[in-house]
Amino acid sequence: MPFIPHTEKDVADMLARVGVDNISQLFEEIPPALRIAGLSGIAPALSEAEISRLMQTRARADGEPLCFLGAGAYDHYVPAAVWDIATRGEFYSAYTPYQAEASQGTLQVVYEFQTMLASLTGLDVSNASLYDGATAFAEACLMAVRANRANKSRRILVPRLLSPVFRDVARGILSGQKVELVELPMLDGQTDMAALASMAGQPCAAVAIQNPTFLGSLDKVDELTDWAHAQGALVIAVTNPTSLALLKAPGQWGQTGADIACGEGQPLGVPMSSGGPYFGFMVCRQALVRQMPGRIVGRTVDREDKPGFTLTLQAREQHIRRSRATSNICTNQGLIATAATIYMSLLGSAGLREVAVSCNANTHALVEALTAIPGVTRLFAAPFFHEAVLQLDRPVAGVLAALSAQGILGGYDLSADYPELGDAVLVCATETRGAADIARYAAELAKLLGAKA
Amino acid sequence: MSKILDNLMYTNDHEWLSLNDDGSVTVGISDHAQGALGELVFVEVPNVGDSFAAGDACAVVESVKAASDIYCPVAGTVVAVNAALADAPELVNSSPYENGWVFRLQPDDTGVLDELLDAEAYRELLADLED
Repeated sequence: MPFIPHTEKDVADMLARVGVDNISQLFEEIPPALRIAGLSGIAPALSEAEISRLMQTRARADGEPLCFLGAGAYDHYVPAAVWDIATRGEFYSAYTPYQAEASQGTLQVVYEFQTMLASLTGLDVSNASLYDGATAFAEACLMAVRANRANKSRRILVPRLLSPVFRDVARGILSGQKVELVELPMLDGQTDMAALASMAGQPCAAVAIQNPTFLGSLDKVDELTDWAHAQGALVIAVTNPTSLALLKAPGQWGQTGADIACGEGQPLGVPMSSGGPYFGFMVCRQALVRQMPGRIVGRTVDREDKPGFTLTLQAREQHIRRSRATSNICTNQGLIATAATIYMSLLGSAGLREVAVSCNANTHALVEALTAIPGVTRLFAAPFFHEAVLQLDRPVAGVLAALSAQGILGGYDLSADYPELGDAVLVCATETRGAADIARYAAELAKLLGAKA
Repeated sequence: MSKILDNLMYTNDHEWLSLNDDGSVTVGISDHAQGALGELVFVEVPNVGDSFAAGDACAVVESVKAASDIYCPVAGTVVAVNAALADAPELVNSSPYENGWVFRLQPDDTGVLDELLDAEAYRELLADLED
């Protein structure tokens, strides 16, 4: 869908047609007291050349470090074709188009995206994507509160093992909606089942389960799912899509499967780009679809029985249901989700599985190499996917700074988010970190720790 | 002109009520309302046992391009819902006053039923709307 800006003449013609002199007249009914004259803290506009120079300087400051940092965004190989195709004029928009059905190609890509996410998560219906993983989780919490009609609770049990960023964002979004997040303690990298059992009988709308957890470990998803359902709570699965090529899909957790799955889509072909833009995904069981936020593309036939794609179930959305819509989300991360769709179709299920297998193997090799160094131990016994927690014999911040000076991003310092773990660092090796990279990290770390603490 | 049954009570929001022998009332939407919404694709009914104040949104009727709340006409507790609407929301279109009923309510106070519109008053309301 091409972007065609209005010329000055177009604007003048339209104003003349509606009978006003200028655009600001259209807003006259808004009282002056409610208008903002200017925004403070916003720098003056820069030209394209200036902004491009600024961004290049910033990008150079990042350097090209050897990255063993995960903690929510992952350094995967992105095939060159992904962004070559995604940035074609036909796709190059952040949005689902207005007059959507005129853009059958765009709708078909979204439909394929939804189909891929539904198949990865083992659930029935996906939306067209959300802003990012953290807001997708907050939306999933709101959705669970709406959907759990048997149980009017506004409490959601959220593991301490859930990403601290997800927890913060969700708290920010949910506090105004009077939804309470109750923390589930952890024990040795998994949810503390004894603590969980002590919460039985207290109504809650949903239980969130992240798998792999923020700390990389695999949680007891079957037990947790069955416990939640026995309590009359829905299950919100938070998951990493890459891991689903290897792990049991949320739709198969426990006796009846998770009810909603959501997460960060960045691992699917999206560069780390200093934190965004990424996209969130959300998938659910068919029975809950009317409570799902966001756009949904469906396949249908036209009056001549030819297949076509259409936005469907729109009565959930705010342009129709106004203040009682399921969410104020009326858009999606169209461009980024398109890139993810292309990434998944280029890799195929076998390719995605190879990525997952080699992430898992490389991280095991990394943990083995690093824990061979005196002063480094692995913290949890629970199995892990592509991240693991290591304990050092000294504060992590200094070690990471020294590694960084050697061009190595050594991992994520957990001391602020998880002070109870002591001097702990979360490390990750994706399929892009080979044996030589791991050997280099191990050699630098050994050198550092061998020096006097 | 939409169909209006003489033996029913109506509200300004185009719902109808009929008083049952056990003191409960059956609630649905009028023929005019179903016609205005167009073909229904989904009806969200309340839970049996839910209590509502008069005017609370307690159910939703959804057509392809619109979703409208059904407001609880009088305060009370839901005693039954029309389960058939889950698979056949179009019953509201084809039979708004019979098979398309939405829920049955036990009113807290049956006295307030006198305040509802009778068929004649509802006919006038529609005549004003259609003017």
